[in-house]
Amino acid sequence: MDVRLRKVLTSVLSDGFLILYFLFALFPIVWMVLVSLKSTNELFTTQFIFTPTLDNYQAILFGDARAAAGVIAKQEFPRNFMNSFIVSSGAVVVSLLVGVPAAYSLARYDFKGKENLAFTFLSFRFAPELVVIIPLSLIYRQLGLYDTYFGIIWVYQLVTLPLLIWVLRSYFEDISPDIEQAAMIDGYPWYRIFLQVLLPLVRPGLAAAALLAFVFAWNNFIFPLVLGASHVQTVTVSALGYISSAQAFFNRMAAAAVISSFPQILLALSIQRYLIRGLSFGAVKG
Amino acid sequence: MATIQSDPADGLSTILESEIIRPPLMVRLRPYLIALPALLVLIGILYPFVMGVAYSFTAYAFTRPNTSFVWLRQYQRMVEDSDFLYSTFVTLAYAFSATGVQLLLGLIVAMLLNRESRIAKILQVTLIFPMMIAPVITTLIWKMMMQPSVGILNPILNSVGLPSLEWAAVPQTALFSVVLVDVWMFTPFAALILLAGLRSFPQGPFEAARVDGASFWFTFRNLTLPMLTPFILIVIIFRFMDSLKMFDIIFAMTEGGPGSTLMTYQLTAYRTSIQFQKLAQGLPYAIVLYLVIYFVSQWLVKRWGIAQRRAAGYS
Repeated sequence: MDVRLRKVLTSVLSDGFLILYFLFALFPIVWMVLVSLKSTNELFTTQFIFTPTLDNYQAILFGDARAAAGVIAKQEFPRNFMNSFIVSSGAVVVSLLVGVPAAYSLARYDFKGKENLAFTFLSFRFAPELVVIIPLSLIYRQLGLYDTYFGIIWVYQLVTLPLLIWVLRSYFEDISPDIEQAAMIDGYPWYRIFLQVLLPLVRPGLAAAALLAFVFAWNNFIFPLVLGASHVQTVTVSALGYISSAQAFFNRMAAAAVISSFPQILLALSIQRYLIRGLSFGAVKG
Repeated sequence: MATIQSDPADGLSTILESEIIRPPLMVRLRPYLIALPALLVLIGILYPFVMGVAYSFTAYAFTRPNTSFVWLRQYQRMVEDSDFLYSTFVTLAYAFSATGVQLLLGLIVAMLLNRESRIAKILQVTLIFPMMIAPVITTLIWKMMMQPSVGILNPILNSVGLPSLEWAAVPQTALFSVVLVDVWMFTPFAALILLAGLRSFPQGPFEAARVDGASFWFTFRNLTLPMLTPFILIVIIFRFMDSLKMFDIIFAMTEGGPGSTLMTYQLTAYRTSIQFQKLAQGLPYAIVLYLVIYFVSQWLVKRWGIAQRRAAGYS
């Protein structure tokens, strides 16, 4: 009886602690949604009881005709959103084109300097970004790449390429070499085996890794901050402008935050099964 | 279990053997050729890096482009700066406290989620949400919550009888405020990795311990912890390196302020090289940070390999 009581007690305490943690983890997100639904008049009054309005979303997405002069920056949101989309998907496409073959090479062939090469790619994941982008801010100005899509997509390879190479390498290594051998005996050349046998096998992992790379690129802040200006300004950089302007626009800022973060939460939910391997660069096969 | 990379040589030998009739040079070059596009991108990234190291030996500034070498004078200047020691302290304090709290809290959450509990199953799905929102956006939300007139954190503190805080606006609580945001954002990462570790354990040793009537602490110290070590190291590798170079959260919260309370190496490098346009003068901070991260991460990756082999002995 005593043992059973203790068991129930631990289980209640454990669930209690979990619920407390998840209140902490989810509260800011819930609060962000609530604030985004508040009208400016109600922003400073009662915290939780208010009449919800979609005005903030409308203002963010379609511009606000009644807006004061200081709100001009807010009407840029759709453009910033598009910029984020262009540079993030551009970066992922480039990384896929060059990274998938590299991952295959690193997984299947044994060649001189292989591990060094793999670790050089990985080391850029851990390097402080400024060590590359301070000199780049000068080089880009000289080359005319400052504030261009190409320039940002190029530097985003620091974010997307190590991830794709390392995660895909681990997926390629999971495939038994017997499959390739069988295809080889049938007389298929290596590139057809790669394209027609191996790629379809890693496709789910490939799609998940690409989506995760997209999320990381989208979330990046320091690259467009230093190497971009008005032309390629992304959501993350422009979000900073909302809060430094008047507090009265906190609700707009919250609406912008909701619009720019919910697609990613949905993406993450859709690749949940592959997420742990992606987040750990292939080290943990969750 | 996180497996050590399967030996790729198996695949190689079979591929090479079957192609002995082909010209061997092309076969030998093939892995390089396949990786060539990625190598070119790599060179495009390495070039600015090398240039950055070279510029750190000059007195180059955007306003005064002068590439004559001054050798180690920029480094000397950094070390002799009155803020250098403090900057080192803040960088390390941020990294150690954020990683430490995330590891501890992540471990507790992972162990609690690894039970037969309906609540645990429902909550686990939402674990990934904080990680997926851009750090800048997350920080702005927290900044709003900490704000005195619109914010919600002070009313919450007051409602349980605690006094209001000034959060990131005053030096006393600024570091706490940014570390809090970091902990909120990345504890789920630690929890997910450790949970994957816990779920990969073989049941045998734990059954045996239970049958023998071992206490929770005994099992935890002698079974759970050693088997979990590789996963703990993965969390440390990612979180410690990332928090040493954390920029987004600190910049979005206070831009390094109030005063220079949160001027870590990254923030100092940014402010000096980009904001003040003294390109060469800020570079030593970024380069020293790079060297620290490079050697510490290599050492940790090595430890990870050892821990993995050792943990494999338990199963």
